[in-house]
Amino acid sequence: MQRTDLLNRLWEFQNKFGFISDIAVAEIAQELKVSKIEIEGVISFYHFFHRQPTGKYIIYLNNSIVSEFKGFQEVKAAFEFETGCTFGKYGQSQLFSLFETSCIGLSDQECTALINFYPVTHLSTDKVRTIVNQLKIGISPNIIANNVASLVQHIPPQNKSVFFKNYSIGNSLKNLKNKSPQFILDELKKVELAGKGGAFFPTAQKWEISKNATNAEKVVICNADEGEPGTFKDKTIIENLPGLIIEGMILAAYVTGATTGFIYLRAEYKYLQSKLENAIIDFYQHNLLGVNCCEIKHFNFDLQLQIGAGAYVCGAETALIESLEGYRGEPRLRVQYPTENGYLGSSTIVNNVETFAKASRIIEFGSDYILSIGTEKSKGTKIICISGDVAKPGIYEIEWGTTLRELLRLSQATAPYFIQSSGPSGDCLNESDFDRKICKEDLLCGGSLMIFNRTRSILQILENYIKFFLDESCGSCTSCRVGNQILLAKIEKLKKGICTTQDLNEIIEWGTIMKKTSRCGLGQFSSNTFIQSISKFENYFNVIVTSCTDNCNVEFDMENAVFDYDQLIKKT
Amino acid sequence: MQNISFYIDGRLCTADKGLNLIEAAKRNGIFIPTLCHFKHLNPLGSCRVCSVNLNGNGIAGCTVFVEEGMNIEVNTPELLDNRKAILEMMFVEGNHFCPSCEKSGDCQMQNLGYETGIRYTRFPHLFVDRLVDARPERIVVNQNRCIKCKRCIEEIVTNDGYKVFNFTNKGKKTTVSIDYEQEAKLTAAQAEYAMQICPTGSILVKGKTFSKPFGNRIFDQGAEGKTVPFNKVNMNITKGRKMRIATTSLAGCFGCHMSLLDIDLGILDIIEVVEFHKSPLTDIKKFTERCDIGLVEGGCCNTDNIEVLREFRKNCDVLVSVGECAIWGGVPAIRNTIPLEECLREAYLDSLTSEGNATVIPNHEDIPKILNKVYSNHEVVKIDYHIPGCPPNANHIWSVVKNILFEEEYSINYPEFKYD
Repeated sequence: MQRTDLLNRLWEFQNKFGFISDIAVAEIAQELKVSKIEIEGVISFYHFFHRQPTGKYIIYLNNSIVSEFKGFQEVKAAFEFETGCTFGKYGQSQLFSLFETSCIGLSDQECTALINFYPVTHLSTDKVRTIVNQLKIGISPNIIANNVASLVQHIPPQNKSVFFKNYSIGNSLKNLKNKSPQFILDELKKVELAGKGGAFFPTAQKWEISKNATNAEKVVICNADEGEPGTFKDKTIIENLPGLIIEGMILAAYVTGATTGFIYLRAEYKYLQSKLENAIIDFYQHNLLGVNCCEIKHFNFDLQLQIGAGAYVCGAETALIESLEGYRGEPRLRVQYPTENGYLGSSTIVNNVETFAKASRIIEFGSDYILSIGTEKSKGTKIICISGDVAKPGIYEIEWGTTLRELLRLSQATAPYFIQSSGPSGDCLNESDFDRKICKEDLLCGGSLMIFNRTRSILQILENYIKFFLDESCGSCTSCRVGNQILLAKIEKLKKGICTTQDLNEIIEWGTIMKKTSRCGLGQFSSNTFIQSISKFENYFNVIVTSCTDNCNVEFDMENAVFDYDQLIKKT
Repeated sequence: MQNISFYIDGRLCTADKGLNLIEAAKRNGIFIPTLCHFKHLNPLGSCRVCSVNLNGNGIAGCTVFVEEGMNIEVNTPELLDNRKAILEMMFVEGNHFCPSCEKSGDCQMQNLGYETGIRYTRFPHLFVDRLVDARPERIVVNQNRCIKCKRCIEEIVTNDGYKVFNFTNKGKKTTVSIDYEQEAKLTAAQAEYAMQICPTGSILVKGKTFSKPFGNRIFDQGAEGKTVPFNKVNMNITKGRKMRIATTSLAGCFGCHMSLLDIDLGILDIIEVVEFHKSPLTDIKKFTERCDIGLVEGGCCNTDNIEVLREFRKNCDVLVSVGECAIWGGVPAIRNTIPLEECLREAYLDSLTSEGNATVIPNHEDIPKILNKVYSNHEVVKIDYHIPGCPPNANHIWSVVKNILFEEEYSINYPEFKYD
């Protein structure tokens, strides 16, 4: 057994026995000739792996902020009531195990949960009762599962759309042998294709570095680990246009000379596994993958699927590579880029699902077509997923340059107040941003908009974000691991109503230190929204803190401090 | 190796191309503090104490390999503060009770605390209950003190090449865990090496602790600080009367008051220029006059402490937290990782000497209520100065007092600035 098979091997045990036993750990450690604690370290990094026996049905309930606003607490209580189990506890029932999990990419259909990785949506107390009863009488989760395809709510007119158009296999690969790799790079350069995972790194430049790299092996990885809460655009592309992704990867392999490709699919999207696998088989049958594929001699490209195991940070490209190699998904230090030293030392390209899909559309339609759409600096269209307080949550393909106000209108947002762009590690927006255009020149959006109306508590939103980050931090660096915990302490203080403007200044200072000193994007951006919200929603914070200048008094919550003692005396 | 030149804080430096910045800086006489970086270990980049700016962008210094023309900032005010903040984060994340730590005085993290002048932490202490694991064969691992630097994970392997330590879990639950099976295969020398490379007192070899007496420990050495005797202080600052001092001991052991008296005969000079008002030393119970300075020993563990502290704030111009307990809870705060109910049950109901149902948890309207945890003084009222130490050195206390009352300059150096 190779170390790179570790994740799959652990999945085998998890699926077969419902947990990974001491015996399994010892067996794997022996096969890999490593100490058991190394295997333990990998298992405990991923939250879909369990070290204690679980019930026949493992239920993962999504605790993202959109879910919280759509009745998470009631649904959680209903699950506990109906199953007689407690969330996060083992060994309470042969039948059920309940766990919370971070966003599962169904924000447009909250509350949602996964039952043995089959999705159920629009949960209510009644629906939970029905589901649990069905499970009890032996109806299998795949029958109970809902169709979770997101509604595509908006597509630009025919002459302006890019993604949601007719698709037939191999369109972008036609005549590939007559196109030089340089031609493909030039086409991508013309439209300035930038990474759609949120970092917006120029795609052509990345491919070119890998093309010129002298590494013996080259690898293309598709990052389908869409973990940013509130984001489900990649899920839609996988659902509707899996072929586009594969074609994009083939183009990348053709440019760089890669022979191996991986699609790293987050475990939350396991129900899409067969869709991708079937697409891959289809490509092999059309001779678009494999040996001498696309009718090009010596162009050999093999593609395989890897299922993640529940770790948000694996969406960071170097963490993803670590995970693929069979290690804890801790982001690497930025000493070398993956294009220099990536998967097993190869020159590796990691791109997002949407990036590959768009690359293949660019080659299919030609750069001229794409150039006719969008703004000066952002060409073509962008897929945006909208959730929260809107009448029409779902997927919107928009031309770059569309205003936020237009999107709010299209999605029928009700009294929009606090808007989260690009997920918790992105930016928060208020009314003054409504006329901003979504494009490189103005407001760059990674693809997700969560819309919250005036009745929503900003503190609750921020608390949800910080709790998410402190669970999902890889734990390797001090600033991120500790920083998020001390920010949570501030939120708790804010909730008690004993904060002053001094506390707000401290939040900004502390958040900035995290930003400056964290090892990877997770820690660098986790305090972003908190800091922004203080200035963007000044009125909100002014109401909940007392203002003070230099010499302010410290407030102390005596009532809370003696509460435990009073309770205990009453009890004894 | 090619010799290249680069800049640190505007100063021209030279080194071999590709040398690690920490080493390259050291060779040019510039010290960049680190806790995880260790000799040959590949950069780990986990502690972040060595944060610097490279061409304007923040990065961990140990992950930089010097190149021609690099422009590196190391000691800007912002970076110095960030570095201090990261150390403070380590102090609040773990439970670092220096006075009771075997490694105190030989501890690299503690030393960096001294270097960066941490007197108190700007962050609230987290007080998470952590494991002290004595199960391993040769070592004891005290998770209260672990800063997750990864040194032991990378460096300690058995003769067969198996790792002994590894991270488990993630996020706030990240822990350095031990492989008991592999640990048992370590030689005595390997185990001792593990203790040595640990930058805190997290890894200890059984039977090998407290190896050096006070004063002989690595970080006990150093020049004495500069202080001005009381009979030489600048009397011009006085307000035409003796300066008034108030002192009190809250949840403390009176050790700081004892230390206060350690100035010995110097006390005779002091009473020429100051007088003591409310204080255990004078036995004055109530404030009748406003005081210039209040020295508070001990933190707040009950409602009476809170009231006294608020009284002090009301009646003193300047309030100083003296000693570890006042600054962050100190030894009484060991209970902060355990729920109050458990503490009180163990002490009064379930203790060895309590007979079934014959004892109660003390409660009466005349006695103060116990708080859910021990609070530092600056969580309760505004505190103007902090004097660390358990107890602080007498010279340290009086130097600070002189500075506040008479604006006398002073410097505190090793071995006077201590957490233990």
